[in-house]
Amino acid sequence: MATALSLSHLGSLMRGVRSVDEVGADERAASLAKRSIKKSSKLWALDLAIRCMDLTTLEGQDTPGKIAAICAKAIRPKPGDASIPSVASVCVYPLRIADCVEHLRGSTVLTCSVATAFPSGQSFTSIKVAETEQAVHAGAQEIDMVIDRGAFLSGDYQRVYDEIVAVKEACGDAHLKVILETGELGTYDAVRRASILAMAAGADFIKTSTGKIQPAATLPVALVMMEAIRDFVRETGRPVGFKAAGGIRTAKQAISYLVTTYETLGADWMTPDRLRLGASTLLNDVLMQIDKERTGAYQSPDYFTVD
Amino acid sequence: MAITKKESQALAKQTFEYAPAPEAIDHVKIQPRYGLFIGGKFVTAHSKKRFPTINPATEQKLAEVVEADEVDVDRAVKAASKAFDSWARLSPSRRARYLFRISRLLQERSRELAVVETMDGGKPIKESRDVDIPLSAAHFFYYAGWADKLEWAFPNRKPRPLGVAGQVIPWNFPLLMLAWKIAPALAAGNTVVLKPAETTPLSAMVFAEICMQADLPPGVVNIVTGAGKTGSLVVTHPDVKKVAFTGSTEVGKLIQRAVAGTGKKLTLELGGKAANIVFEDAPLDQAVEGIVNGIYFNQGHVCCAGSRLLVQESIAEPLLEKLKRRLSTLRLGDPLDKNTDIGAINSRAQLEKIQELVESGIEEGAELYQPECVLPARGFWFPPSLFTNVAQSYRIAREEIFGPVLSVLTFRTPDEAVAKANNTPYGLSAGVWTDKGSRILWMAERMRAGVVWANTFNRFDPTSPFGGYKESGFGREGGVHGLLPYLELN
Amino acid sequence: MDVRKTYKLFVNGEFVRSESGRAYRPDGGMVNVPRGSRKDLRDAVRAGRTALPGWAGRTAMNRGQILYRAAEMLDGRAAQFVELLGGGARSRRELDSAVETLIWYAGWTDKLSQVTGTVNPVAGPYFNFTIPEPMGIVGIIAPENAPLAGLVRRLAPALCGGNVVVALAAESHPLAALTLAEVLATSDVPAGVVNIISGQRKELLPWLASHMDVNAIDAAGCTGDEIKAIEESAAGNVKRVIKVADNEQSPYLIAAFMEMKTVWHPIGV
Repeated sequence: MATALSLSHLGSLMRGVRSVDEVGADERAASLAKRSIKKSSKLWALDLAIRCMDLTTLEGQDTPGKIAAICAKAIRPKPGDASIPSVASVCVYPLRIADCVEHLRGSTVLTCSVATAFPSGQSFTSIKVAETEQAVHAGAQEIDMVIDRGAFLSGDYQRVYDEIVAVKEACGDAHLKVILETGELGTYDAVRRASILAMAAGADFIKTSTGKIQPAATLPVALVMMEAIRDFVRETGRPVGFKAAGGIRTAKQAISYLVTTYETLGADWMTPDRLRLGASTLLNDVLMQIDKERTGAYQSPDYFTVD
Repeated sequence: MAITKKESQALAKQTFEYAPAPEAIDHVKIQPRYGLFIGGKFVTAHSKKRFPTINPATEQKLAEVVEADEVDVDRAVKAASKAFDSWARLSPSRRARYLFRISRLLQERSRELAVVETMDGGKPIKESRDVDIPLSAAHFFYYAGWADKLEWAFPNRKPRPLGVAGQVIPWNFPLLMLAWKIAPALAAGNTVVLKPAETTPLSAMVFAEICMQADLPPGVVNIVTGAGKTGSLVVTHPDVKKVAFTGSTEVGKLIQRAVAGTGKKLTLELGGKAANIVFEDAPLDQAVEGIVNGIYFNQGHVCCAGSRLLVQESIAEPLLEKLKRRLSTLRLGDPLDKNTDIGAINSRAQLEKIQELVESGIEEGAELYQPECVLPARGFWFPPSLFTNVAQSYRIAREEIFGPVLSVLTFRTPDEAVAKANNTPYGLSAGVWTDKGSRILWMAERMRAGVVWANTFNRFDPTSPFGGYKESGFGREGGVHGLLPYLELN
Repeated sequence: MDVRKTYKLFVNGEFVRSESGRAYRPDGGMVNVPRGSRKDLRDAVRAGRTALPGWAGRTAMNRGQILYRAAEMLDGRAAQFVELLGGGARSRRELDSAVETLIWYAGWTDKLSQVTGTVNPVAGPYFNFTIPEPMGIVGIIAPENAPLAGLVRRLAPALCGGNVVVALAAESHPLAALTLAEVLATSDVPAGVVNIISGQRKELLPWLASHMDVNAIDAAGCTGDEIKAIEESAAGNVKRVIKVADNEQSPYLIAAFMEMKTVWHPIGV
């Protein structure tokens, strides 16, 4: 399925991408964050947040034991509570894919792997493509790649584009999320430009950050990316998903991303096929908030497993 | 797939319902009846006439207030005159301290004031909480700082207060309009008699309590409630030296005639029909926010509302598409719900005016768009609306609707935008949306309006002077210029 | 029986002992006061530099509210300060004057640019404006007389404009300054915005005056000889040395600690 638009003279097209007013975007995001989501709608949102979560561990010190634990948590976030759904996926480094596949077998949870010299992207295209191929071969159903920020920031848009196209091809049936690393891009204008570039090159999802630098995901950046998605979908008819990653620690923050998605992209995006939240500590806060809504009492972390 | 296609579709079908999120009101106590605030306390009025103030979202009565008569107004002005002698002779830093106290008290009682404002006027709680009340406190804080610095505001002048100021304010931003009037008047050394609008007297009553909490010397602030007749008594009283009015152009003209030849200083802040101009290079999604904010904020009950959208023809279609989509995400309903974007229309009378003008728009040939909107059974409501296919000559393009109704027109060149924008007897504000800095300044130079917002709209700050050209009134409120109407410069 | 307070320096929002461990007894009295060292000064300047962008970046109204809060807190401790200053009517007047100064400058933060900034009518299609911006780190030497009000008269204008401060407390009467630090610490003043060091002037002044990362010195509390030495050292990084009469109170005193930035932009379609 050819999803990339074939484009030459990419540079001038990219430079013509409409700008974003920073103050206006910040204000709109702030007003969306003020939505007060309570009671039944809060429970609905928290349930969706879990279903849309990519439970993530991306550490040098990840071992098979760590993967076993996180997979168990991903499938059954709260032991003994069947009403809590599984998360969408577990997100790991390539060497840990095999462990993931084994521990997630039989569940609905997908195996997602980062690739392309994550997180910096500062390596050769051939290596990035090979890494992607091997990750898919090892069983990854989803690939999260990083764009070449060096190329992007020096204006070499063609290079960024070509690389995404190549990685997408190497993905085969696996779905591709393209990480923009918005914290390095400097302006909302650049975020919009990078979003459009990634979607034009065939991304199934565009993703804010690697989570390895600050700032990671912020609500205004998410808004800008979603507005770019909306414009792209209108032009091409092809829906693209959105993933926020890094810095989402509390249920309240997660809900504000859901609200922003709902009011910007609409009901069709309120599904793990089009919306993901990449997080690790978030899950327990969401579980605590669910119990608070159900019981009326504030919760303690002691009652939720740390995996 | 993380979930089956069937599950995905089922999930997508469940729209994200926002459960009711009502603001707590149990900590707020509205009295069943209020007297007049004269000479530092609530007093029994001479007038026996009372009228109710209702919650326009529910039509429930909130309280009863007095319709002050000639005797009451005279009493208030006399109290203000008496207080003026000592107030003007107080050291300026002492006056400053009273105003700082009031500012801090407004901050301390902010949530209570926000709830009262929303219940009495119909505006969404998130607006009264996040805009009206904080700006009111900020206004007092800013002018408190001028009270003991007047010699720096006007070089080589020895400014002196005028005496008693008679002030009449509207119902769209009751407490904020009160702050815009009282803060500079007091900072300059005057005393005041203020009449709040008849549909929104309650936040002024709480303000009176705050004056007592601040130990403000009696008579410095006096508040008399009533309707048009009471307002007229206030502005024409012979001992009132300065008149300040915010309201409709129609009434503004009546007042200007009424005080002609009396020597009273006058400032007027009247209506508007602002053009919100969007150029083809504007950041579109933020422009949509600005347009929405410009006309649907406070249900369009805003004198400086961007009620005419002038969009460059080359991007009219994508802009309108985004705008219509955005309208469908506006939530209309209970003003006390924290998620409400569009509250109630302030009164039945105002609702009827809006309806009449909207009908005229349809009759004259404009095309009406309204998103699907469930209007509550009781209360006064109007859905956010926009008209396309509008000509400059239509009533909806010329007359102030003062409701959530936008008229959309197009232009081709900047010169044409300027001509159309200025083609009105009003001149309060204008909006300019473009990515190009030089164009912003070029347009700002040419707008015959007192406030130009570039890439934003409806931004207010106590430091920033606000007021109109032409029939939108004269005089400025806010900033250094806001002191001028209340001083004799010498 | 009193629980006697240990007096400490105020650096980066914390009360700390001098890194040198030294103390002195001002005026041959019975209270030990930290004898701040050049390293304490160095740490204070670092703290100020870190705090500067946040403080300068706050809204003018927010800075005004914080200065007003300091007045609230100071007034709340009136009795304590009057006693500290020696008791009696004179001390009461000094305390009242300090509170008044804080309130006066609190009301200037959101007006300064209206009085000292300008829109300049240049000959050409350009919009041209001049606005005041904070200089950065201001070193302050508190006057020896009026140990409370004198210091406040120096602090308030510098802070008002968005600068951060490293202040040397009056050597012979440092307690008021170190107690003022407690007031500031409870007034929402962000850490590092005001740093107060007690110690010996002769020792600390040269280090402050020659510090390459200090942008200005308020020398109102200095003698003629001291000023000469400061001005010579200041040349090292072209520090601004501000000398004003101690009792002056005006927006131009705030402006003395501000840089003026002028911006041009074409007006055209």
